[in-house]
Amino acid sequence: MHQQDFFQNAIIYLLAAVISVPVAKRLGFGSVLGYLLAGMIIGPFVLGLIGSEGEDVMNFAEFGVVMMLFLIGLELKPNLLWEMRKSIFGLGGLQLVISAVLIGTIAVVLGQTVGAGVAIGLTLGLSSTAIVLQTLNEKGLMKQASGQASFSVLLFQDISVVPILALIPLLASSAFSAGTASHEDIRYIGELEITGWVQVAMMLVVISGIVVVGLYLVKYVFRIIARTGLREIFTATALLLVIATAMLMDLVGLSPALGAFLSGIVLANNEYRHELEADVEPFKGLLLGLFFISVGASINFGLLISSPGLIVILLFSLIAVKFMVLFILGRFFGLRGGQNTLFAFALAQGGEFAFVLVAFSLNNGVIDAGVSSILLLVVALSMAVTPLLLLLNDKLILPLAFRSENIREHDVIDQNGHPVIIAGFGRFGVGMGRFLIANGIKATILDDNPDNIEVLRKFGFKVYYGDATRADLLASAGAGEAKVLVVAVDDKHQSLKIVDLAKRNYPHLKILVRSTDLDHTYELLDRKVDGIKRDTFESSLRLGTEVLTHLGYNSYRAHRLAGTFRQHNRKVIHELYRHHGEDEKKYLSEAKKFASELEELLQAENEDSSHEQDCSWDVSSRREEIQQINRSSPKGSN
Amino acid sequence: MNRVSILVFHPLMHKSRVNQKLALAVDGMEGVSTRFMYDIYPDFYIDVKKEQEVLLESDTIVWQHPFYWYSSPSLLKEWIDLVLEHGFAYGRKGRALEGKQIMSTISTGGRREAYLSDEDGKFSVRQLLAPFEQTTTLCRMNYLSPFVTHGTHLLDENGIGEAASGYAKVIGALRDGLYSTEELRKHEYINDLIL
Repeated sequence: MHQQDFFQNAIIYLLAAVISVPVAKRLGFGSVLGYLLAGMIIGPFVLGLIGSEGEDVMNFAEFGVVMMLFLIGLELKPNLLWEMRKSIFGLGGLQLVISAVLIGTIAVVLGQTVGAGVAIGLTLGLSSTAIVLQTLNEKGLMKQASGQASFSVLLFQDISVVPILALIPLLASSAFSAGTASHEDIRYIGELEITGWVQVAMMLVVISGIVVVGLYLVKYVFRIIARTGLREIFTATALLLVIATAMLMDLVGLSPALGAFLSGIVLANNEYRHELEADVEPFKGLLLGLFFISVGASINFGLLISSPGLIVILLFSLIAVKFMVLFILGRFFGLRGGQNTLFAFALAQGGEFAFVLVAFSLNNGVIDAGVSSILLLVVALSMAVTPLLLLLNDKLILPLAFRSENIREHDVIDQNGHPVIIAGFGRFGVGMGRFLIANGIKATILDDNPDNIEVLRKFGFKVYYGDATRADLLASAGAGEAKVLVVAVDDKHQSLKIVDLAKRNYPHLKILVRSTDLDHTYELLDRKVDGIKRDTFESSLRLGTEVLTHLGYNSYRAHRLAGTFRQHNRKVIHELYRHHGEDEKKYLSEAKKFASELEELLQAENEDSSHEQDCSWDVSSRREEIQQINRSSPKGSN
Repeated sequence: MNRVSILVFHPLMHKSRVNQKLALAVDGMEGVSTRFMYDIYPDFYIDVKKEQEVLLESDTIVWQHPFYWYSSPSLLKEWIDLVLEHGFAYGRKGRALEGKQIMSTISTGGRREAYLSDEDGKFSVRQLLAPFEQTTTLCRMNYLSPFVTHGTHLLDENGIGEAASGYAKVIGALRDGLYSTEELRKHEYINDLIL
């Protein structure tokens, strides 16, 4: 019976996600809104497919946030975190304090006690780590100034949940309404008061334990596990690691998410980092999805319908107050224009911790049940409208308000008349760039990955942060004076955008492009660029040449065969190009597309067998001829 | 004992009948190094310094190749153009190769009679090798009579085997210094002296 329930629920959740997320994505809303909508639809107020157990699901699914922070920790270098300390404590601290004061004041004005005001202010001052990071990640904004600032604020909020939890019971006693607080909570306070320093000591022990184990022990464990060759055991170990850390932190009264984040950072330089990432990622994704669904399902539409005016006003005020605080602080901390509005909109909602804190405040008698349900509804709604606000920001506010301004903060490029511009300096661009620079060719390099830039700059490369798809950036990179533009970005659409831009504005530029797939090559051939090189072809052909030599072919023969094949490949591609477009297909996935391309390529290959180039050096035909002549006139010839 | 360096230039070694056998016959002989140049420089990017070192360490150098269009495969030309640098191989200060012996080992489909220089419009192998001879003379080297294998298209396995053992004998004689440089330069082909 129980099992049946489980499967039934699983089907409902999964089906809702599978249907609504692709639809939301298709409509340009992003996955978060899709999940939220799915939750609303299957929730008790629309279809009623899930009921009160949704709350348990939410508690369980909150673990997705823990995993997300673990993954974020994995990608964060400790020194980067140190560099962010100013924005974490400055920006994050001010945001929470100022928002809490303003929201709390409003609450008191509306008739709440001072204690309740403080609790409500702190609770609503927090934003949703899950929604913000998921959305920013999906939009690829995490590496930008706004993403970094958002992350700092969220991190500070995560840290501050612990003292807030400790503070709320005290607020109750100050409001003389502690009577309703449960015994458990009082004991908790007592413990905290008596053994506060013991607890702090325990926290320190646990944290240093995590650091030591993570830095020195875990890799040996993983090595042993990896040797078993059983992938699922590795996954199990990874999950065990995350869950155990979270539990430990919880045990000593710290936020589990913070613990996971910490262990992530500790493991950031671990050799198994990428496997860990790959293993935990799907769990994180599913749990977060589940979490968003349960937030959607928890939205109390009954309350919304009974007092829509109040709820909408509160919702609007919450977002407005948080937005203003964030916007003003963002300006102070150096965010400009579009970056700042993005930052302010992204964090203007209430967060998942509000669900915990509201329940906790209710249990401690800080707030009453009526206020609690209103708060929960407003928070859930504010989370649901965040993706819409960001969409609004993207489509309406940015184009209107900052038409002439960069969305990203670009570097100022010194005009020095370099003859070459390289757009994209990742795995592909670097080799070529080094070659040019080694030969004294001056190149202006544009890349939009801040990490690469930092490293390259350290070694004296002139690399500038910027998105080469922007006309003004190309101009300031000196496209007017340069002779050659190399487009080496790995994103096909970006690549084509740069090509179009350059063709339109700088007809004198020679444009050489890295192609990533057959379609890309076709598009580039359409645009008649001056040179196209498929990014992987040459090195795989070279490796193939080495295979031949290891099979005993003479190197020169292998070299010549590679040359023959290179020429043949060029012919095949041009042949395919002439016929492409006759039957254009839409592919379901990249993999499917690749397979189909491969088929096309191999088909054409069979039809056009490669011509042996080196016939002249092969004397066998001549020998046969001479032997024939010799046989027919045995008297001898000259 | 002379140190002998044989540089084999054949772009299609796996299909070669004669040059392959000749090279095999001398490859691994004591004091003789055999290098397959198309394998070493499949992309024609010749390591000039390395090649010059090889020359400095050798007393006798052999260019072994088929007689493509009365000359050599293109890599030998590239090699000559790059390795025999001014100031190293020739010029006022270019005396690094002075006195070293150098010999061409040629294989050709044509019979010896086909190269009779008296007939109109025909040149002898020695006449056709003049650019090589003059090049090495400018480098103050001693250009020996060439080792020539004629009529390769009509050679059967036995014939090729015979040529190969003859070649090994010649190389052995060069290594052991059995003949004076004057003797080695006197004949039209070195085959005429030793075999």
